[in-house]
Amino acid sequence: MNDNKNNNRIELRGVTVQLGDRVVLEGMDLAVPEGKVTAVMGPSGSGKTTVLKAITGQVPISAGEIRVGDVFVNQLSARKLNDMRRNIGMLLQNGALFTDLTSFDNVALPLREHTRLPETLIRKVVLTKLHAVGLRGAAELYPRELSGGMNRRIALARALALDPNIMLYDEPFTGLDPISMGAAVRLIRQINDVLGITSVVVTHDVTEVPRFADYCYIISDRKVVAQGTPAELENIDDGVVHQFIQGLPDGPVPFHYPAPDYTRDLLERH
Amino acid sequence: MTTGSVTGKLFVDPVKEMGRAVLFLFTALSRMRFGKTQFLETMRQVYFMGVRSLVIIMISGFFVGLVLTLQLYDTLSRFGATEALGTALALSLFRELGPVLTVILFAGRAGTSVTAEIGLMKATEQLDALDLMAIDPMERIVQPRLLAGILAVPALVLVFNVMALLGGVVFSVFMMGIDGPSFWGNIQATVALGRDFMGGMFKAAVFGFLASWLAVYFGWSSKPTGEGVALATTQTVITTAIAVLLTDFILSAFML
Repeated sequence: MNDNKNNNRIELRGVTVQLGDRVVLEGMDLAVPEGKVTAVMGPSGSGKTTVLKAITGQVPISAGEIRVGDVFVNQLSARKLNDMRRNIGMLLQNGALFTDLTSFDNVALPLREHTRLPETLIRKVVLTKLHAVGLRGAAELYPRELSGGMNRRIALARALALDPNIMLYDEPFTGLDPISMGAAVRLIRQINDVLGITSVVVTHDVTEVPRFADYCYIISDRKVVAQGTPAELENIDDGVVHQFIQGLPDGPVPFHYPAPDYTRDLLERH
Repeated sequence: MTTGSVTGKLFVDPVKEMGRAVLFLFTALSRMRFGKTQFLETMRQVYFMGVRSLVIIMISGFFVGLVLTLQLYDTLSRFGATEALGTALALSLFRELGPVLTVILFAGRAGTSVTAEIGLMKATEQLDALDLMAIDPMERIVQPRLLAGILAVPALVLVFNVMALLGGVVFSVFMMGIDGPSFWGNIQATVALGRDFMGGMFKAAVFGFLASWLAVYFGWSSKPTGEGVALATTQTVITTAIAVLLTDFILSAFML
């Protein structure tokens, strides 16, 4: 698809994802511009993570198409899918480090698996990656000996090991203290700009988004409800967007789980 | 519950589960690859699953040997046939007790830890992480454990048998004063290397395969929660025990 001359590195068109009886995404259109940091926001359970899983081909889509670079994810054979995944780095929610390997071996794993580099060179690459996330000194420690934030930074180094040209982040800020949060925000921006790659960040952390994102999507109830630069989003006059950006407990996204009428429930039962 | 749903619970669900386990096995077999990494990982698993089970296997083997000899001695002496003690002990060990008891101990010691390990890897997204790194978890996680079970269990059965014979000697020769050379001589004269000993080893390999297959399957298919993993480890032990005893009967019927 070299005739695809727009500047979008990743494009979802009319993507529907159905898991069992549950429709998780419905007719979703989403474009990720080349070289930019795109944030995908939305309330918990709105299908944000599924967007990432669809891009990496971890969940099958039942309608629509997903383009990553020149390839359409839903048409790939298992081997081609693996080739594509080698160019994508993904940071999973809790890092997902291998607990029986040291930090060093965690980062070295993709290199040992997919390259024929000699061990001396692998060591240099791994130390460079660990240094970039500030944890070269923790190379010989196991994941259980490190804090949650550090685990995630090691996982980031691992995701970067093969020099991907796309980075996907799944909730990178959850459970971080303010210092780690600041470090994470800066790292995401720096990695994107210094390496000249394309990044997608899934998050529900509204306040942090303007500090790193070039463009945002807000997902709610299986669809994109708003998009724009962080500044544009502040001014959008939409119920869900307003509620989400302002962090209001009740609104179009209800505070209460659907239930029978409160008074009747209290009075009539028993 | 209606009669239909009870029947479903009792018969249909286990059959479904079996189908899924077989599909899982075929997927795992079809994605097998053989290289240096796979070899090294398999050896590492042989260590974790096999070598680390040695202590429990040795202790159990020794005491099984002791008590078995005690019972056999008592029974045989009623017929005045205590010279057959060594033969009876060796035959029952090599053919049945060695493989069956070893694999049930193995399922409790190594099978459960494999199930829990894979279940936790699933819960903490480690399996997803492998997938995303374009490393097939079937080939990296499942294959080594599957092969390690087939390699480790026969070796453990060998150790179990040796320890049980030792227990037998301790009881009969040292405690009951049975003639040592005739104890060993009778074993050598009557136990057939092929049918009795190798037959038992063949059983051990089959049981080892069953135990590791069920262990990885239940780990792989467990719900990624604390409760799910706990249930999966229980299922591993129970299902392995039943599958082994059933298979044992079938194999014995064909081998005798």
